[in-house]
Amino acid sequence: MEKFEVFTGTAVPLRRSNVDTDQLAPAVFLKRITAVGYDDALFAAWRNDPEFVLNQPAYKAGQVLIAGADFGTGSSREHAVWALRDYGFKAVFSSKFADIFRGNAGKQGLVAGVISDEDTEALWQAIEASPGIGATVDLVAQTVSVGSLSVPFQIDEYTRWRLLEGLDDIGLTLQNEQAITEFEAKRPSFKPLTLPAKGV
Amino acid sequence: MSNKPLTLAEKVWNDHVVVKGENNAPDLIYIDLHLVHEVTSPQAFDGLRLAGRPVRRPDLTIATEDHNTPTLNIDKPIADATSRAQIEALRKNAAEFGIRLHSLGDKDQGIVHVVGPQLGLTQPGMTVVCGDSHTSTHGAFGSLAMGIGTSEVEHVLATQTLSLKPFKTMAINVEGALRPGVTAKDIILAVIAKIGTGGGQGYVLEYRGSAIRALSMEGRMTICNMSIEAGARAGMVAPDETTFAFVKGRPHAPTGADWDAAVEYWKTLPTDEGAVFDAEVNIDANTLDPFVTWGTNPAQGVSLLDVVPSPEDFTDPNERQAAESALKYMDLKPGTKMKDIAVNTVFVGSCTNGRIEDLRAAASIVQGRKKADGITMLVVPGSAKVRLQAEAEGLDKIFTEFGAEWRFAGCSMCLGMNPDQLAPGERSASTSNRNFEGRQGKGSRTHLVSPVVAAATAVRGTLSSPADLEPVHPLTTGIATLGEN
Repeated sequence: MEKFEVFTGTAVPLRRSNVDTDQLAPAVFLKRITAVGYDDALFAAWRNDPEFVLNQPAYKAGQVLIAGADFGTGSSREHAVWALRDYGFKAVFSSKFADIFRGNAGKQGLVAGVISDEDTEALWQAIEASPGIGATVDLVAQTVSVGSLSVPFQIDEYTRWRLLEGLDDIGLTLQNEQAITEFEAKRPSFKPLTLPAKGV
Repeated sequence: MSNKPLTLAEKVWNDHVVVKGENNAPDLIYIDLHLVHEVTSPQAFDGLRLAGRPVRRPDLTIATEDHNTPTLNIDKPIADATSRAQIEALRKNAAEFGIRLHSLGDKDQGIVHVVGPQLGLTQPGMTVVCGDSHTSTHGAFGSLAMGIGTSEVEHVLATQTLSLKPFKTMAINVEGALRPGVTAKDIILAVIAKIGTGGGQGYVLEYRGSAIRALSMEGRMTICNMSIEAGARAGMVAPDETTFAFVKGRPHAPTGADWDAAVEYWKTLPTDEGAVFDAEVNIDANTLDPFVTWGTNPAQGVSLLDVVPSPEDFTDPNERQAAESALKYMDLKPGTKMKDIAVNTVFVGSCTNGRIEDLRAAASIVQGRKKADGITMLVVPGSAKVRLQAEAEGLDKIFTEFGAEWRFAGCSMCLGMNPDQLAPGERSASTSNRNFEGRQGKGSRTHLVSPVVAAATAVRGTLSSPADLEPVHPLTTGIATLGEN
């Protein structure tokens, strides 16, 4: 994973709450077996709507998304994160994220930062006053800035560390392999095994 | 430390800590059971191959084909090339990594969350994960069961663990007795409407109280299943005699001395007297009506006796704006009686309501009655085994005589990855779990309902409860005996 410290890119105001995973990546795009190339999945149902924010020239090259509350609700599909990432987004901000989405984002190097409802509104207004303006995401200082406006964001401390260092999760866990093996040796014998298979 | 009263969730968590996180680091949690399906796993297996890593515990892993599978003509090659490729990828990965797979056509195939409990692989006090948000279903057994993304699927395949931050706990107290025609589905829809789609965020919910204790395992699974729709990471019900009776004798249930040891352990799991939850919510079961959704997120629900709300009814600006766009998408006018909303399609199935008890409940309503003109009704068992069981009980005949379509098992119209989809603008009464825009097909409009409301809706053509139906001629009844397990 690439290290993330400070990033500046086109800010996009998405004035909508409850942006769910079926909007971020509709089921029809889930049939693919690859982990890249999901840019066409992102907001597929809205991409033909000229009013939709990403269809406005100033926001087309969006890389920092400022969205309403309860972002990423619904399914566990990591495709929702892949779609944002493949479109070009490096960070998304909301006053509330669905837990699984936020976890998935952290695995893919997409910053999912929590900001207050008031700061969301302030950022929206700042962006809409200068469509196409960039937002600077500073993961070290935990701030997102648009023009002269700078607001703090929250992110899980461990995820932040992993993103700053660009660390692979599985590699980190396997450093504990001895502990895993010891734990396995103590598991009770009544715990079920899937093998050998027993049918109904 | 041992004297501090603990909640069910805390006990299960503590029993699975491999490495305690220090300095804000998450705990490393052991995973007892990993369920795999075709949609969220191919990229995880690719990751293993790239890194040259094996699956650490194939014997704690099981796969099934469910999301993409057709519910008709399952003896023929899958028509959709991309669906077929995804299924084939799972078969190849399962063979290569030594994972047990129940393929389409196998009698143990079905929706992953129906198959696990059915095989007795889901038991109290376990940690269960799957690359599917409705993994919360398994919490009905007193397991800590969570949906995970594909990166975490790869992590579990490689390490049989997950790095997790401890959750907060929330008690959902449901006291009282449900009235006739009111079900587990109505409880959970009411809970979600009360706390919102983000209300459970960061929490593990524990459903408690006399109404929960009185539910069957199927009902408890329906409730835990939709914990994710309240934003919770998991939902749980303390194991009791109902749980033990459900598990006992299943293919992978413990036997002999292991059974005794297991039950002894399971009895230690319920939340201790005096344990403190981080939050509590109370629901009165006595006054609950059948619940239905009117909008495009699962918290946008009301009593079936109510009307479509107006955006002005919401003081929270987010909720008001969400209501405005939902009403537009759903093509509904504020003040319309919910019971006046006509649907095109009725869907009975999914990991929420595709178990045998759900099919029995729906069948008991449609038996001896006639389907409303122009309504399509799909009945999709949650698993091949549920289908067989239903056929043994004659439920398939009741459905087909009513005019419903009797299908093979899978996720089907819940998410419309297979050909079972609504056409643009079509409206459904659906026993599934999500009413998102486009969820059941592009432009589809979904009303989430219980199986008995779905069945009554198929009779009248508008959203209805069994209480709205004319009595059936006495000679045509006889379904009462079908309610027994």
